[in-house]
Amino acid sequence: MAEITYREALRDALIEEMDQDPDVFVMGEEVGVFQGAYKVTEGLLDRFGEKRVIDTPIAEEGFVGLGAGAAMTGLRPVVELMTVNFGMVAMDQIANHAAKISYMFGGRLKCPMVIRAPGGGGQQLTAQHSHCLDVWFAYIPGLKVVAPSVPSDAKGLLKTSIRDDNPVMFLEHLALYNTKGVVPEGEHTVPFGEADIKRVGSDVTLIAHSRMVLYALQAAAQLSEEDISVEVIDLRSIRPLDAETLVHSVQKTHRCVIAEEEHRSFGVNAEVAATIYEEAFDYLDAPIERVGGVEVPMPYSKPLEQAVIPSPEKIVTAVKKTLYL
Amino acid sequence: MSRSSARDARDNPTDQVTDMEFPVRDSGDLDNYENDQLIDFYTSMLYVRRFEERVAEMYLRAKIGGYCHLNIGEEATVVGTLKALRKEDYFFGSYRVHGSAIVRELPHGTVMAELFGKRDGCAKGRGGSMHLVDPERRFMGGYGIVGGSIPLSTGVSFAIKYRGTNEIVMSTFGDGATNIGAFHEALNIASLWKLPNLFICTNNQYGMGTSVARASAVTELWKKGVAYDIPGYKVNGMDVLAVYQLTKKLVEEVRRTSEPIFVECVTYRYRGHSMADAGKNYRTADEIDEWRERDPVESFRLRLLEGEIFTQKDADDIEEAVLAKVQTAVDFAERSPFPDVAELEKFVYAEDA
Repeated sequence: MAEITYREALRDALIEEMDQDPDVFVMGEEVGVFQGAYKVTEGLLDRFGEKRVIDTPIAEEGFVGLGAGAAMTGLRPVVELMTVNFGMVAMDQIANHAAKISYMFGGRLKCPMVIRAPGGGGQQLTAQHSHCLDVWFAYIPGLKVVAPSVPSDAKGLLKTSIRDDNPVMFLEHLALYNTKGVVPEGEHTVPFGEADIKRVGSDVTLIAHSRMVLYALQAAAQLSEEDISVEVIDLRSIRPLDAETLVHSVQKTHRCVIAEEEHRSFGVNAEVAATIYEEAFDYLDAPIERVGGVEVPMPYSKPLEQAVIPSPEKIVTAVKKTLYL
Repeated sequence: MSRSSARDARDNPTDQVTDMEFPVRDSGDLDNYENDQLIDFYTSMLYVRRFEERVAEMYLRAKIGGYCHLNIGEEATVVGTLKALRKEDYFFGSYRVHGSAIVRELPHGTVMAELFGKRDGCAKGRGGSMHLVDPERRFMGGYGIVGGSIPLSTGVSFAIKYRGTNEIVMSTFGDGATNIGAFHEALNIASLWKLPNLFICTNNQYGMGTSVARASAVTELWKKGVAYDIPGYKVNGMDVLAVYQLTKKLVEEVRRTSEPIFVECVTYRYRGHSMADAGKNYRTADEIDEWRERDPVESFRLRLLEGEIFTQKDADDIEEAVLAKVQTAVDFAERSPFPDVAELEKFVYAEDA
């Protein structure tokens, strides 16, 4: 098994799926000649040609809708949004068209499209380019939403997404593209709706996804030096959500912290917290702690930006709070 | 023809147009058609009219709920465009789509059953008036967001080109849709990538209660395609032969060239925007009467009588047959059960279908 970057893992998944299914194609802004704004699609144009690696105008509503329409005929487009922030101008096509095709037509049409989009803050990209919008998409029945934190999940989930018959929001993180990890070569898929226990522990359940999983693991390592045993669970899949794994862990540890990069209110963390309160209330020995982004548009200045994004230190503090330390 | 000068018009009521490709007087020449075809056009238009009148009645009797947008007044545009499309071609509709569905020969009972919210509806009671569908007839759905279906329609034409097959996509929308972003993004891409779309703008002159002149800086809507180097045509949408003749030619031209074309059909809806709108606040009774004098169904009946294509007795027989056919659709809808609430969550995802 090779150690490769998150970016390379995504690219490998694209190449493998395009190799084995001629109905899979890649489309988006700068995915071809430019080789991808974040180089995920580097080399694909040479390998697959203009027919299957398609540069679009800057017209997210237009090309996301086009992808959805192509999917309605059975093609499997992988549409790249340069950043998830631009998904907002395509929201009508995502939430009100792609997500509704199966249901409002009584199951007579389907829309097997993947929309890849990186998001997140920390690059000083400021207010309009730093969103975590996972919950926007996860709110909509008809969409599936996944957000891998490590290269092996990136590859496995992308392959599953491409083969799925529904519109899938595949949410990447700008800060993860260069991170490395061991990835199985060749066929490797990760199922939807299965959270992954990234570190086994017994004192506190720490739930996160995407980049926050890395911070959660750092916090857990730090806490282990104080003999605090933290179980880190990576959601991986936001919709469908693996409530079972979360609840089982909390039944074991009796304490729970949820760390998410999104704004602290109304987010994925709220849904996770409510689920645990509903299904494991009697097991809790302390209120659930939520760590989230400060509720401001992302500022530019480095110290200000860093103050917005949850840090391993803030997560450590939250874990200790659930232990009344 | 050069792309920028390609345009057409008939005796259209609102404007002067240059470069007429079909002289006005030829458009209505009955000798160009077989009698059966002319009678089929008439029967289809009458069927849309009577079907929609019955839908209105059923809405008032609370058999049909939600929004309910009728095609009454637009029959020549509906029939003239749909009849020009081949079976293997694809169709996208707006939310005013009952007429297109029945002219496309969706089993008409399933259309009425869908309006009734019944299990045997073409969308199994999940879609209703705005979301009629039948993939087997390549009727890719009606859509409720103005302009929203236009990008989807370019996706189907993209897929046709990707697979190297020979169908085309007829993408229909109203005048109001030409002001929204999705329309402009989709037309730009369709032209840029040479996609086989025939864009049909049903200009019934009002987006809800706002007239074209109050909503669009460019009131000659066919020009909005020309901005993207898409040839634009304008046709009298109250004349079924004019619409059919032009559309038939352009359907095959799109197929031959794999390039998009834009057609503006100028027509009028007699009723309000939906069943919830009396249609009176934003236009005068005189205006409605003026358009009723050009009624597509009645004027065509008179032409067929004058041309001795059929007799009044034939017309009466057709009327009777059409009413009976509408009744069978109503009967089917009445008989169909409501969907099982236990299956409420079915179809959210493809694997549940």
